Amino acid sequence: MAIRTSRRVADNAAFAFATAATLFGLVWLAWILWTTLRQGAAALTPALFTQMTPPPGSSGGLLNAFFGSAAMILLGVVIGTPIGVAAGTYLAEHGRYTRLAAIVSFVNDILLSAPSIVVGLFVYELAVRTAGHFSGYAGALSLAMILLPIVVRTTEESLRLIPDQLREAGFALGLPRWRVTRQILYKAARSAILTGILLGVARIAGETAPLLFTALNNQFWSSSLGGPLANVPVVIFQYAMSPYDEWHTLAWAGAFVLTAFVLILNILVRLLARKGQQR
Amino acid sequence: MNDTATALRIKPADVTSAPTSTKIAIDIRDLDFSYAKTQALKNVNMAVPANSVTAIIGPSGCGKSTLLRTINRIFELYPEQYAAGSIAIDGRNVLDRRYPLSDLRRLVGMVFQKPTPFPSSIRSNVAFALSYYERLSKAEVNDRIEDALRQAALWDEVKDKLNQSALGLSGGQQQRLCIARTIAVRPEILLLDEATSALDPISTAKVEELIDELRQRFTIVIVTHNMQQAARVSQQTAFFHLGELIEFGSTSEMFTNPREQKTRDYITGRYG
Repeated sequence: MAIRTSRRVADNAAFAFATAATLFGLVWLAWILWTTLRQGAAALTPALFTQMTPPPGSSGGLLNAFFGSAAMILLGVVIGTPIGVAAGTYLAEHGRYTRLAAIVSFVNDILLSAPSIVVGLFVYELAVRTAGHFSGYAGALSLAMILLPIVVRTTEESLRLIPDQLREAGFALGLPRWRVTRQILYKAARSAILTGILLGVARIAGETAPLLFTALNNQFWSSSLGGPLANVPVVIFQYAMSPYDEWHTLAWAGAFVLTAFVLILNILVRLLARKGQQR
Repeated sequence: MNDTATALRIKPADVTSAPTSTKIAIDIRDLDFSYAKTQALKNVNMAVPANSVTAIIGPSGCGKSTLLRTINRIFELYPEQYAAGSIAIDGRNVLDRRYPLSDLRRLVGMVFQKPTPFPSSIRSNVAFALSYYERLSKAEVNDRIEDALRQAALWDEVKDKLNQSALGLSGGQQQRLCIARTIAVRPEILLLDEATSALDPISTAKVEELIDELRQRFTIVIVTHNMQQAARVSQQTAFFHLGELIEFGSTSEMFTNPREQKTRDYITGRYG
């Protein structure tokens, strides 16, 4: 009886602690969403998505920033994903037992934790100084460089999780490695790889530092990636630092949309992962 | 009995051909195999007769599966695994590095312990290898798929859901699907590595029936932990112990009157 009581106490304590820890984690997200929503509410109108960033003292929206961010994220994904999936495939499949793969994997881990401002400076030297001006392309390149190691890592991990039996079954039929990888392993790892890409997108969506050095910002509408390009994180950064109330409100609204976007992406990732498990 | 067994004692290296069949499908000579520093097969000599079922039995770690994995060279996927000696199929040494792997694996199909359906439709599971080896019209592919599934005694159960995921099938059905996709490319030899050990008794009985039918067209080598199964489905049995072929002969003789003491001990359940 005494043992049972003490076990129940321990169980309840553990449950209470775990619940408290979960709530502690969730409180911040709710707080951030609530604060950004409340402070930005005045700017959360259709104009946010239809008008350009305004000069001080007048009203406007963030259309050019949303467009610039979307364009650079998209291009970053287009550049980073194929290279990342290919490199992850090399690490998990072709180069599995080689020294080179071990080294690449190690370097990738370093890249994974490289401060994003360093990536920004690197691309600044690589693509901004050589071209002589800031550009959306440089911004996309820096985002791709942040996305790349994430995709490499998740692709490698998700392929490694596939039991060797499935590979052997493919090889035992005489299929060459690329066919086994493409027709069998990619299918088995599809939702896991996609999850990695989406998590990478969520990560680069909020990156500010690399864009500060590459895409800079643009107060006006520009559909060309060849010049400086507006983007949500840098606009938030600049507007939040400004002395104007309208800009503050816009910055809050931008922050809310950005946070909500990342949240939705993560929910999507969860749904995908669940679908993967059901399979 | 013991005296007879001793009198008939023959050195393993000399035990090459089984008495029941004449044509040799797989001629294994002086085969050594090692994983890094451990030797898993020692000087194995064995002639597997065509169009019959040869069972390989022995305690865990005796080299049964290793032998199968050497015949189709699937071991080459992993580093530090080496085979020496020769395995002749149709007069050519398949262990020769110049022997193309895709040719070998088309000739020698393999089914594993756990069912390994590919994460795609039942149809694609059978079609993958088929469309890799042969340029066939859609109708021909469909015919071959049906043919393979019929041979694997699975057609009636899946004919209405060929486009559904193979992962939705039961374990026994999945295993028969694996057999179907293996025989779809028309191999000569089938290697079954404990292919029924993950199945329930009813599915096992179905697969065993299937094996008995398939031996008309294929040479079958089956590794099994289950001695009753070896006795039921095979014509020849080979007994391995610690990487050595101890005894190889007709199944009926082996189970009633084994020549070697080790075989007798294993069959009567003294170890293993």
